[in-house]
Amino acid sequence: MTKVEFFQQLINGLSLGSFYALIALGYTMVYGVLRFINFAHGDVFMLGAFSGYYLTPRVLPHFSAAFAPIGVAVVLLSTMCICAVVGMTIERLAYRPLRKRPKLTVLITAIGVSLFLEYGGQFVFGADPKAFPELVVDRPLEHTGALTITTTQVAAFAVTILLLISLTLIVKRTRLGRAMRAVSNNATAAALMGVNIDTVISFTFALGSALAGAAGILYALSYPSIDPLMGLLPGVKAFVAAVLGGIGNIPGAAVGGIVLGVVETFVGGSSFSTYRDAIAFALLIGILLFRPSGIFGRTQVEKV
Amino acid sequence: MMKPIFIVPILAAVVAISPLRAQDIVVGEFASLTGSEATFGINSSNGVELAKEEINNAGGVLGRKIRIVLEDDQSKPGQPSAAVKKLIASDKAIAIVGEIASSRSLEAAPICQEAKIPMVSPGSTNPRVTEVGNYVFRVCFIDPFQGTVMAKFALDQLHAKKVAVLQDVKSDYSQGLAKFFSDYFKAHGGEIVSDRFYSGGGTDRDFRAQLTAIKAAQPDAIFVPGYYTEAGLIAKQARSLGIKVPLLGGDGWDSPKLSEIGGSAINGCYFSTHFSPQDKNPKVQDFVSKYRTKFNAMPDGMAPLGYDAMMILAEAFKTAGGTDGAKVRDALANVKNYDGVTGKITIDEKRNATKSAVVLKVNGKQNDYVATVAP
Repeated sequence: MTKVEFFQQLINGLSLGSFYALIALGYTMVYGVLRFINFAHGDVFMLGAFSGYYLTPRVLPHFSAAFAPIGVAVVLLSTMCICAVVGMTIERLAYRPLRKRPKLTVLITAIGVSLFLEYGGQFVFGADPKAFPELVVDRPLEHTGALTITTTQVAAFAVTILLLISLTLIVKRTRLGRAMRAVSNNATAAALMGVNIDTVISFTFALGSALAGAAGILYALSYPSIDPLMGLLPGVKAFVAAVLGGIGNIPGAAVGGIVLGVVETFVGGSSFSTYRDAIAFALLIGILLFRPSGIFGRTQVEKV
Repeated sequence: MMKPIFIVPILAAVVAISPLRAQDIVVGEFASLTGSEATFGINSSNGVELAKEEINNAGGVLGRKIRIVLEDDQSKPGQPSAAVKKLIASDKAIAIVGEIASSRSLEAAPICQEAKIPMVSPGSTNPRVTEVGNYVFRVCFIDPFQGTVMAKFALDQLHAKKVAVLQDVKSDYSQGLAKFFSDYFKAHGGEIVSDRFYSGGGTDRDFRAQLTAIKAAQPDAIFVPGYYTEAGLIAKQARSLGIKVPLLGGDGWDSPKLSEIGGSAINGCYFSTHFSPQDKNPKVQDFVSKYRTKFNAMPDGMAPLGYDAMMILAEAFKTAGGTDGAKVRDALANVKNYDGVTGKITIDEKRNATKSAVVLKVNGKQNDYVATVAP
């Protein structure tokens, strides 16, 4: 492998990994607060892509070329809001009534919600793949020498970093963020201290789902073919990334996503490309054998 | 115990309905109406529908109307066998039409063979499909021929010496076509400089890893024997990585979605298929205009294949003089020089159709005709 090829694969891996990271953040936040895996998360990601699909042709024509980035931001933010509402609704209708029940009940409900969104999506949007509109023109950047970096890759990476920073600030610097950490630490004690648990959980779902919505749009920009089952595999992989990074840990989810994306890309570019997922996942099992709580999953680490 | 007064009208109703029902010739069809290869199923079943309408408007066959029972297999493994079992057992289909994707035809073929129900595949090109047994037929060419067509095209027209192959590890069609292409290309002085794999059917969407490795091998062209959804994405990602050489494909590319997904990135790429709507042959132009009137869309290669499959099946009913499975089978095996929309169809001893292929160049919504290659 030449040096150019190596760095090109690294860039490919980083851009793929940043999607996994964005989705993994939602898994990890919900787990941190509720200790349960929200399997419908990958499908909220899918809804994000479809929201972008329907919003783009209705929003973008109102902005001239010079103001196009504002149009893109409008689509992205509206999608995040829509997904936040969807996430809160799912929590309110499907998970909250079961909060006192065994964790397994909620887990199975989550799988039910996931299937409902997937096949409901097939009913509403149709099951055939749709071409995602060109929200951002995908072209290679100039002055990058032998390496190619495209506009959508840069956009995806930049948005991921931006959202990661805002998320960290929200969790560390705001009252609600402090409440989230308190609930994560000890829900009963937090409730006794006057923290409204329902509000905190609702907010966690809103935040995680908004990130999934953003990931949906960015993913669809890079891979412009969307269908109602598109959330399945990225959802599973992001879940693995979250576990790899140490589930419940925010930087861990981001790092886990990036590691998974890079490993997958290097295997995919090698002559073992047939076994891409098998080798990537075998490596992850190996890492977890040596660090069962994930890369960042130390006992001292603050959980969200 | 039911009172006789109730039995009489029920019996009368049964007597009145059953001859009517029995008159229809039930043909079962399974197709990918949804999922990652949806346009294959939709367009081929449109073709079947058009043929059925024409046959029935002209009085049907053997004085009976043809009735199609259509099942969606969702482009998913496992669904075709369920669909075909249902068509044979509960709908009492006396013949089966389906599928385009070879993997899904291969799943259904043993069931039809076992039940001695003739099956006609409109567009499965993997040779193994008809090897399942003597009740399985197809009205299209097979991949040993299609692979040769594109390899010849790469060598003679594009003057390519080095070609990279990117194939779908989940598809019998893609793997077969890749092999036949590579065999011919290597035997005639070409070199396969890189051979990479992906998982189709919506599993893989990121191909940059494989394409980066392919770019490093500096091929003159890239052979992508997959289906249109992946081909469109692969073209986009290849161009964004600065790969400028043409991509080549097979009939799995033949879908209006190809250019929708691939955008301008797929323009100037070539693929082999069964038919070009630009063909001046009056039979083709007649089909195109009828299809456009009924479905308000241009037919791709799968539509006339569905049409020809249904027409040949109707011919076989006529020749057999009935709907007995064994007789219809014999009639299908003896089809010679049938003048179809996709060319003259002769069923050979391996139950394959020997036909010519066309090479098309992607040019936005329409595909430009480049060449016809005879077998």
